[in-house]
Amino acid sequence: MKLIQKFIKTPEGIVGIIILSILITLALSAPIIAPGDPLRIAGRALAAPFSDPSLPLGTDRLGRDVLSGIIHGARTSLLVGAAAALAAIAIGLMIGLVAGFCGGIVDEVLMRVVDAFQIVPGFLLALAFVSVMGASLPVVVMAIALGAWADPARLTRAQVLSLRERDYVAAARVIGMPPVEIAVKHILPQAVPPVLAVSATIVAAAILTEAALSFLGLGDPNSVTWGSMISEGRNVLRSSPWLSIMPGLALIVTVLGVYLFSEGLTKAMTRPASTDRSAPRDGMTP
Amino acid sequence: MSRALRLIRRRLLSSIPVLLIVVIMTFLLLETAPGDAVDAYLLSIGGGDANIAESLRRAYGLDQSVLARLWLYLTALARFDLGWSVAFERPVLNLITERLPNTLALMGSATALSFVFGSVLGIIAGSKPESIKDRMLSTISLIFYAIPSFWLGLILSLIFAVQLRWVPTSGIETIASGKTGLERLADIVRHLILPVGALALIYTALFLRVMRASMAEAWKLDFVLFARAKGLSRNRILLRHVARNAALPLITMLGLQAATMLGGSVVIESIFAIPGFGRLAQEAVSGRDAPLLMGIILVSAVLVIIVNLLIDLLQTVLDPRVGASEAMQ
Repeated sequence: MKLIQKFIKTPEGIVGIIILSILITLALSAPIIAPGDPLRIAGRALAAPFSDPSLPLGTDRLGRDVLSGIIHGARTSLLVGAAAALAAIAIGLMIGLVAGFCGGIVDEVLMRVVDAFQIVPGFLLALAFVSVMGASLPVVVMAIALGAWADPARLTRAQVLSLRERDYVAAARVIGMPPVEIAVKHILPQAVPPVLAVSATIVAAAILTEAALSFLGLGDPNSVTWGSMISEGRNVLRSSPWLSIMPGLALIVTVLGVYLFSEGLTKAMTRPASTDRSAPRDGMTP
Repeated sequence: MSRALRLIRRRLLSSIPVLLIVVIMTFLLLETAPGDAVDAYLLSIGGGDANIAESLRRAYGLDQSVLARLWLYLTALARFDLGWSVAFERPVLNLITERLPNTLALMGSATALSFVFGSVLGIIAGSKPESIKDRMLSTISLIFYAIPSFWLGLILSLIFAVQLRWVPTSGIETIASGKTGLERLADIVRHLILPVGALALIYTALFLRVMRASMAEAWKLDFVLFARAKGLSRNRILLRHVARNAALPLITMLGLQAATMLGGSVVIESIFAIPGFGRLAQEAVSGRDAPLLMGIILVSAVLVIIVNLLIDLLQTVLDPRVGASEAMQ
């Protein structure tokens, strides 16, 4: 796997993968390292961070353990981010494949629908969707995917349009392979890599959208999210600012990890091994 | 100029079916909501009997079928009538046009500031890709780009409004201050510093990254080699050739970001209590005001179309290759 070798040579890739592994480990082991319901009362209300060894990051207005909330929040954040991105990419791949492969009127109609989804602000759409369907994790995932599938669809379609004209596709047609089989077996696998390259940005956007939705009180009320913790801390922003600051920092580190991972991946995919690209050399001026 | 006119005409024609799709989809989505505006209204006034509910539904046309109401909505739309907001008891269009200027001022100034700073910093970073300066700027911009705007807004208001008391924490102007003219403008600017600052910091990071990336690409192009062969100075190549070519993707980026920015106005206006478009969307959601939410989504789609049209026109002016094929058809 040359790609992995190149990937771990980029500093961005290494830092990104370390951040994401730590977060995923925290999220997976949340029931072990922070057992019990993170929404239960764990101690005295508004305990300052670092004042009580059993509650390292203090407690919020209702006496809930902040550290436990942050660990369990990682779960929601990563789960919703990954699921929404996965759904968006799956829908995008499917619509893009159908539009590009069928062409003609089907393509025209599907692309107008893609246009429609691209000009409506995704966040407004998510807001409307959650308010109609009621806030729960699956609904939030769908709401975010609804505003994010149009880009991968457009990308897939462009890729399929160029793949469709390749010789090997023509050969498959000649030997009488059914169109559906050609599309799924021979075109789809080739159309996936460029979409995967942008998938990290979709995950990052999904994490930020989920945080914004729960900040506005439209997240799942039964699970801890960083967005709702920031919003909750806002009530005591003057006296206990750390309640809003800490979940925000967790959010930034997560999104940064995803971005770094994606940067490393892009570099590994575009840069030939070990040669420095393109930098204009010093002393080129006369 | 006629080329520009043809571009405008083509765009307007092609946007009609897209807007129609937006209207139908949003209408059907909002239609699936359990309960309607009458339920929400009765809840807010403390309930009412079935007769009141029924007469209200008839008054609002909520007793008709979905398709009939969709048709009614579309015919009203053709007369630029966006319907009646049940939560505010006012026409939707009035509400939106009243709130929109605040959001446009907020978003416009944040975009303008970040476009200037972002492109200048992007030129500095991209003047020598992979240099220390570039790496530092790229890293800092990546961090800022990862910050959610609502959190940055909270932190800025905590530092500059709560601790230092330099600027007000919220609102668009001092209520009942009786200020007029320039004094009022200065008051509004003081209120907008923090929200504009929060958005501009994040957008600057984005524009910097786009500018830097497209400059790194532009250095590799043949005309740079040619300019070097001609013996042009490094600064001249940098500004007149590389930066100029790299600016086009930056302008395209503006159009792509228009929808995201409008969506982002919801949280930032909620933090700073700015009575704008985004806050109206939140109020529409909490008031279960389907006609208002519908109008907001439709107007935002129209705004995005207009912004992209303006950007395309700008591109045809800046780069003769752009739009040539489209206008020729």
